[in-house]
Amino acid sequence: MITARNLARTFTTRSGPVEAVRGVDIDVAEGEIVGLLGPNGAGKTTTLRMLTTLLGATGGEATVAGHDLRRDPRGVRSSIGYVAQGGASLDEAVVIEELVLQARLFGLSKTAALVNAEELVTTFGLRDLRQRACKQLSGGQRRRVDISLGLVHRPRLIFLDEPTTGLDPQSRTNLWEHIRKLRAGGVTIVLTTHYLDEADALCDRVLVMDQGTIVAEGSPDELKQRITGDIVTIELAGTEHVDLHDEHTLHDDTFDEGAQPGRPKLHSRTDDVVQVARAAVDVRSTLVEHHRIHVTVDRGDQSIIPLLRALDAAGINIAAITMKRPSLDDVFLTVTGRSLSDAEQDVAPAAA
Amino acid sequence: MNAVRDTGLIFHNHVRQNLRNPTWVIILVVQPLLYLVLFGPLLENLGAAYAGGVDPWLVFTPGMILMIAIFGSAFAGFGMVVELRSGVIERERVTPASRTALLLGRVAKDVLVLLMQSLLLVAIAVLAFGVRPSPAGLALTLLLIALVGAGFASASYMLALRTRSEGGMASVLNSITVPLLLLSGILLPMTLAPGWLEGISRANPLSYTVDAIRALFAGEFAASEVAVGSAVTVVVAVLLAVAGARTFRRDNA
Repeated sequence: MITARNLARTFTTRSGPVEAVRGVDIDVAEGEIVGLLGPNGAGKTTTLRMLTTLLGATGGEATVAGHDLRRDPRGVRSSIGYVAQGGASLDEAVVIEELVLQARLFGLSKTAALVNAEELVTTFGLRDLRQRACKQLSGGQRRRVDISLGLVHRPRLIFLDEPTTGLDPQSRTNLWEHIRKLRAGGVTIVLTTHYLDEADALCDRVLVMDQGTIVAEGSPDELKQRITGDIVTIELAGTEHVDLHDEHTLHDDTFDEGAQPGRPKLHSRTDDVVQVARAAVDVRSTLVEHHRIHVTVDRGDQSIIPLLRALDAAGINIAAITMKRPSLDDVFLTVTGRSLSDAEQDVAPAAA
Repeated sequence: MNAVRDTGLIFHNHVRQNLRNPTWVIILVVQPLLYLVLFGPLLENLGAAYAGGVDPWLVFTPGMILMIAIFGSAFAGFGMVVELRSGVIERERVTPASRTALLLGRVAKDVLVLLMQSLLLVAIAVLAFGVRPSPAGLALTLLLIALVGAGFASASYMLALRTRSEGGMASVLNSITVPLLLLSGILLPMTLAPGWLEGISRANPLSYTVDAIRALFAGEFAASEVAVGSAVTVVVAVLLAVAGARTFRRDNA
């Protein structure tokens, strides 16, 4: 359905060029749900806008639904559906009228447009709301209208940009069901998300994006298997007041310990934990993220007690110790060195 | 043919949206009325200095139509800022519909609104103030007014796509429309102006348009103002519409 090679987009800004997407390769097979996962500013939306012809690529090439992105943008547009992040309807517009207009802009006859629109409002549970103005709908209902607008011409390929952002948990689960049904009906879906559970729950394949590149790729299970073993997370006590600027997430030996006189030497304490842990159990790897130390071990269940004893014996106060199977969050942490929530804070949304 | 069909779809959709909004209908009716009732009577007492012996209403009414054309159409882009923000424009741009049609459908709606306002204004002038424009002249005036409206609306949409904010649009519009209005002779004829001011006003295409429609209203079809003013109006309107369409077609506008 999609083949993209070295697709890139550089924006020219007053402060110089910004490489929003730095040459990504994307392959999507028919019938797949593929997720672009990454923090805000990772380049997900820019990638999607390029693949939907809304934004010209500054490098690379792509074929989307059998049409060349550069040579036949109109061919691409007639074969795809696109649901933007921020919605797609005016407050005053009437649901069914919007759907019919959108279908007709895709070249459908009045009758065919109405048939498709009526079918979609039924599918998406909007039948009773179809004569309402969009502003009268709830967030979840309105999002379903947005998605219907992207589907009204029955495309075989649809792009969903953050489909569930801002929705309450129930609407979210409801929307997931709809997306799964679409896939069951043979529609190929490319979606972006910064929710790991969403990628995990919906996607056949996940492309992890960070800073304009794809840093990892595979099914959620494959990605999780890249981190063998369990992760035990040790959280240090008494570090809540640590200044935000200390939040260097990577374990870094060049960190200047003398820079903050009078403050707890967080770095040396995390170092101690790593040393104690390595002595106590068979550690595969460690990762320090602010005041949390992630220790990867073969058997988490058998490691917690020895770890606790050793830390206690070393006089290290800990606030919490948790053990979990690896998640996509850990994948992100492993491939980028940052947790997804930290990455969110780092990046200016303007680059999204 | 597809572009014509798409233009029609967008046009129909926007007319429907406008009709649904009652405040719009009220503004449409009240605005021209205010110009005539609150400003027109001032001119009657200026006498020959204003209109050079002819009925001052015959000079004032076409000027007011042009003013509505400028201001009504120049502000069309504000609606598009809302559409840009709500994602409607992007939703339409991802369809195979011609992007020029997406613009022209909106411009056509603006021209329709403008023509209705103009007709209303003329009707009031005829009924309440006894203006007697030449019927053929009135028809040609409305044609030129439609062109001015189309040009200004295209430019306004272009501005909306470039600025994407009401604030940005307002500052640009104010700095352009006010000098254009003052230097056009719409409010008072430029024959009253000192030489330097009249000279500057000759650089304003609208001053030719207003001369042309005043001559048309008076039924002076052979006057050179009609030919020159019509030519200038057509050229400017086409240039603005082409510039607007180009902006709309750009891949990342």
